[in-house]
Amino acid sequence: MNFASELKRGIWDDNAVFKLGLGLCPALAVSSSAINGVGMGLAATFVLICSNAVVSSMRKVIPSKVRIPAFIVIIATFVTVVDLVMAGFLPGLHKALGIFIPLIVVNCVILGRAEAFASKNAIFYSVIDGVVMGLGFTVALLILGSVREIIGNGTIFGAGILGSAYIPALLLILPPGAFFAIGFLLGGMNKLEARKK
Amino acid sequence: MKELSRLALVLTVITAGAALLLAMVESVTREPIAQQRRLVTLNALKSVLPPADNSPDQDTVSLATGKDKNGEDVETVFYRGRKGQDISGIAFKVVAPDGYSGNIYIMVGIDPEGHVSGIEVLQHAETPGLGAKVEEAWWKDQFKGKGLDNADWRVKKDGGEFDQITAATITPRAIVGAVRKGLEFFKAHKDEIVGG
Repeated sequence: MNFASELKRGIWDDNAVFKLGLGLCPALAVSSSAINGVGMGLAATFVLICSNAVVSSMRKVIPSKVRIPAFIVIIATFVTVVDLVMAGFLPGLHKALGIFIPLIVVNCVILGRAEAFASKNAIFYSVIDGVVMGLGFTVALLILGSVREIIGNGTIFGAGILGSAYIPALLLILPPGAFFAIGFLLGGMNKLEARKK
Repeated sequence: MKELSRLALVLTVITAGAALLLAMVESVTREPIAQQRRLVTLNALKSVLPPADNSPDQDTVSLATGKDKNGEDVETVFYRGRKGQDISGIAFKVVAPDGYSGNIYIMVGIDPEGHVSGIEVLQHAETPGLGAKVEEAWWKDQFKGKGLDNADWRVKKDGGEFDQITAATITPRAIVGAVRKGLEFFKAHKDEIVGG
C-alpha cells in the first residue's frame, strides 16, 4: 500500500464525482463558487474519515442485517457535529452551505465507502480511504466550483480576475449551469482517458 | 428471538454512543452559536440605525403587527437605539411575502420622525445575479431619508421613485412594498413604540 497511488486512485481513477458518479446532488447544488465547493468538500471529507474509522472499528460487532441503520446513525452523528461546529465558529461558510450540511447524511459517497470499503477493511486502511476519497470529492467540487465561478461571475474565490469588460454568463452559477459544467468536464476527462489508451 | 434482541442491543448501544457525543459537542458549541446569532442581529441593527450609544437589542418592545394563517398574532420586535435618554432610531424586521422565491426578510431602521435611516436584507432566496442584487449598497441606499411624507413608495416601473433592477422587478417591488407597510405601521403606533 502506497499513499501516492492511493491518492491517485481517490482523485483520478476512482474519483467519487467524475468516475463513480456518486454524491452528484451536493456536488451540483453547492458548486456555484469555488469557496463553497471547497467548504462542502472538506466538511464531507471530515465526515467520511470519521465515519470510515468508526464503521471499520465496529465492523465485527455490527450485524449485517442492521448495518445500514447503524451506518446512517454514525454518519448523521458526525454530520451534526460538523453542523454545530461550523455554526459556532465559521458562520459565514455555514450560511453559504446552509441546507446542504445536513444533507451530507445522505451523500452516497459516504454511505458508499462505509458499505464498500470500511465495513471490510482495517481501521488504518479505512482512514486512508476516507482521506483520499474525500480529497477526490473536494478536488472535484473545487474544479466544478472554479469553472462555474469564473465563467458565471468573472471571479475566483471572490476576487475579480476577468475585469469589468467581461459580462458574466450568469447561467453557469444557476442550477442548469451545474449540469452543463459537469457534462463538459466529464466529456473532457473521458477524452483524456481515451487518448491515454 | 435471541438474534432479534442482539440486533436491538447493538443499535441501542450505537445510538446511545451517538447521543453522548452529540450532547458533548452541543454543550461546547451552544455559547458560540448564541453569540453568532446575536452578532448577526447586532450588526444588522448597527448598519440600519442612526448612531446610538446603547445596545439596541437589549432595548426592545414587541407589538402584534398582524395575524398568521391560524389567526394567531404575529409579533414584531422593535429595537430602540438611544443617544443618552432620547430615542435616536427604531429598527424592526419586515417580511416581504411576495418576492420571486419565498419570503424576504428585511431589517428597517428609521429615525423618530419616520424617515428611513437604512435597510438591510437579512435573508432571501432570490435569483443570484438578478433579484439578489437588492443586497448591493447602491440599491439599499436609495431608501435613506425617505418617509411616507416625502417619497412615492413604488418602483419606477409602477410610477414611483425607487429603481427596479433590470430583469428583476418583482424583488424590488416586494421590498419597497414591505418597507412601506412597516412605515405605515410605525406611523399608526408610534406612541406605543417610542413610549413603551
